[in-house]
Amino acid sequence: MGISSKPVVFALISTAVILIGTTVTVFIPLFMPSTQPVSAYIKPYTAVEQEGRDIYMREGCNNCHTQTVRPLRTEVLRYGEYSKPEEFAYDRPFLWGSRRTGPDLNRVGGKYPDSWHYTHFRSPQAMFQKSNMPPYAWLAKNRLDTSNSFKKTSVLGYGYSEREVQQQIDQYRSTVTNDSYPSKESRDKSTPSELRKELTEMDALVAYIQKLGRDVKNMEAGK
Amino acid sequence: MNEAVVYNYKPVRGFAWSAVFWLVIGLVVGLWIAFELFNPALNITPWLSFGRLRVVHTNGLGLGFALAGVFSASYYMLQRLTRSPLAFPRLAQAHLYLFNTIIALAALSLFAGMNTTKEYAELEWPIDIGVVVVWVMFAVNVFGTLIKRREKQMYISLWYIIAMTVAIAILYIVNNLAIPVTLFKSYSVYAGANDANVEWWYGHNIVGFVFTVPILAMFYYFLPKATGLPIYSHRLSIVSFWALNFAYLWTGAHHLMLTPLPEWIQTVAMAFSIFMIAPSWGSVVNGYYTLQGNWDQMRSNYLVKFFIAGITFYGLQTLQGPLQGLRTINAFFHYTDWVVGHVHMGTMGWVTMIVSASFYYMIPNITNTVIYSIKLANIQFWLMLVGQVIWTSAMWIAGIQQGAMWKATNPDGSLMYNFLDTVASLYPYYQLRFAAGLIFFIGILIFVWNLFMTVRQQPRQAEA
Repeated sequence: MGISSKPVVFALISTAVILIGTTVTVFIPLFMPSTQPVSAYIKPYTAVEQEGRDIYMREGCNNCHTQTVRPLRTEVLRYGEYSKPEEFAYDRPFLWGSRRTGPDLNRVGGKYPDSWHYTHFRSPQAMFQKSNMPPYAWLAKNRLDTSNSFKKTSVLGYGYSEREVQQQIDQYRSTVTNDSYPSKESRDKSTPSELRKELTEMDALVAYIQKLGRDVKNMEAGK
Repeated sequence: MNEAVVYNYKPVRGFAWSAVFWLVIGLVVGLWIAFELFNPALNITPWLSFGRLRVVHTNGLGLGFALAGVFSASYYMLQRLTRSPLAFPRLAQAHLYLFNTIIALAALSLFAGMNTTKEYAELEWPIDIGVVVVWVMFAVNVFGTLIKRREKQMYISLWYIIAMTVAIAILYIVNNLAIPVTLFKSYSVYAGANDANVEWWYGHNIVGFVFTVPILAMFYYFLPKATGLPIYSHRLSIVSFWALNFAYLWTGAHHLMLTPLPEWIQTVAMAFSIFMIAPSWGSVVNGYYTLQGNWDQMRSNYLVKFFIAGITFYGLQTLQGPLQGLRTINAFFHYTDWVVGHVHMGTMGWVTMIVSASFYYMIPNITNTVIYSIKLANIQFWLMLVGQVIWTSAMWIAGIQQGAMWKATNPDGSLMYNFLDTVASLYPYYQLRFAAGLIFFIGILIFVWNLFMTVRQQPRQAEA
């Protein structure tokens, strides 16, 4: 065969062959709005939720938890309404995952109170003796770094002004540090006393977890 | 025609030892996380928690071990098959140093939690740039040497090296496009379903073009070399090569069955996955038929065992893969340990077998020695084989069990098991997996020892 003595031609033909399937199944869908539709009921993450999402990524939670409920009977029974494409319009990157060493989290928001998550993150084994989830008590010992929060939300195109980002942070801080916060007891138990009046990484992670699937649930409730 | 060609084996040797080094590191991490899965007490510090370590394991073995092994064997095959020395030997040496620096930085950054979360593409953007530079350095030598070559026809192994060189460049760059926020943090340019689609196009094909394509290049080169038998059918290898290159890129979305990705992309992926059986088995058949009439070598030539076991697991892998990509079967197996078993049959049973055999052929050849101990190589073979078969079988059974428990319902239609019951039921399998991993690891330690003792021998007198 002629091309087996022409390396550059061979490389060009290989590239062309490789790009056919790539173009049809990846590049063209990128430009089709139907691949990743948007919907008004799905809101972007707040600055604090986004910080929580970044911690979720940093700790590699996606290695054990998926975020997509499949349209299967037992799956909907276990987790709730199956996942819709609109829900992921703000997810950069997507966090659907590939292995469920732990349960799916796409509908976990609002399923338990914040206190449940503080207690569980501190020691999953204290809550479920047989759990193999790593404990994350140290997240409550880290002050949340919000120095890049505005930059992050601008890169992600959430459309918040710098003041709005600061308001979101201040507002969430006052919520979780308020004496009337319903999960105060378990938060205080996890959080060292010097950080109780500040936002910790665990606060942000809890905020993110509670956002998962919340917009869909709100929409269903509003019907 | 036999004018003396002075081949440059320094990068071949350097990458071989790099591969072995990252293999040992990656397997130690693998054993650590295997233990964590049934005993979370090993999650001692943030750096050692499962979520961070798992990516050190996959990147350490995928980028560190496999790529270094591929670079080593590619530099060897490239020179021998073109009968020309490397076009840029000093560039190859710089490639070696930069590669190891990047892999070390990659491991440290993953320990530190700099993780983009896109599977097998977890590295943050500055390291991605380093990886691209490493790749370009390699590509320059590949094409430079090919252009300067003295052997007119390019053997099939060179085709696979060319295909890998262009495909990985495209895959890696497209999937890793991101907007930096800081030096340590970036966000993917794609959102949601598009990000998922790009990622699994990448994820599936990076496995294809690191764990399949260059390993086939080694198989097609080192099997005939080790046995003295020509490959059975050149025509079959041509058909297999182009069919594989064409079809592979369509199949990524079988990782996204029943997700919110548009259904047509999933279905197209499913169809092409089934098609992939043909080119894959083209190579399997070519391997088996190469030994036609000479199967006595299975007994008399220790290397043949590695190649034949390896290509057999490749054959099983490429049947299992397309089948579990079918939507209905996938609905049961996806997200369970079945898939973990599937991946490890490929990496432990195929990739590591073929790389071991290739190194056993190549290293004595370039150091002008003979293998230190065939007996140790045989022991290694059996430890690797037994370790891998127990490992993967344990995961398949665990996967079937968990899949079934997730689906089990009571007569009233309610779920029979809560999630934690399904996890706790897997711990015996996880313990068995750890033991099997240990057996495999001992096999690898013997491999390293055997290679080390081989190069420590006095070189034989150079042939006249």
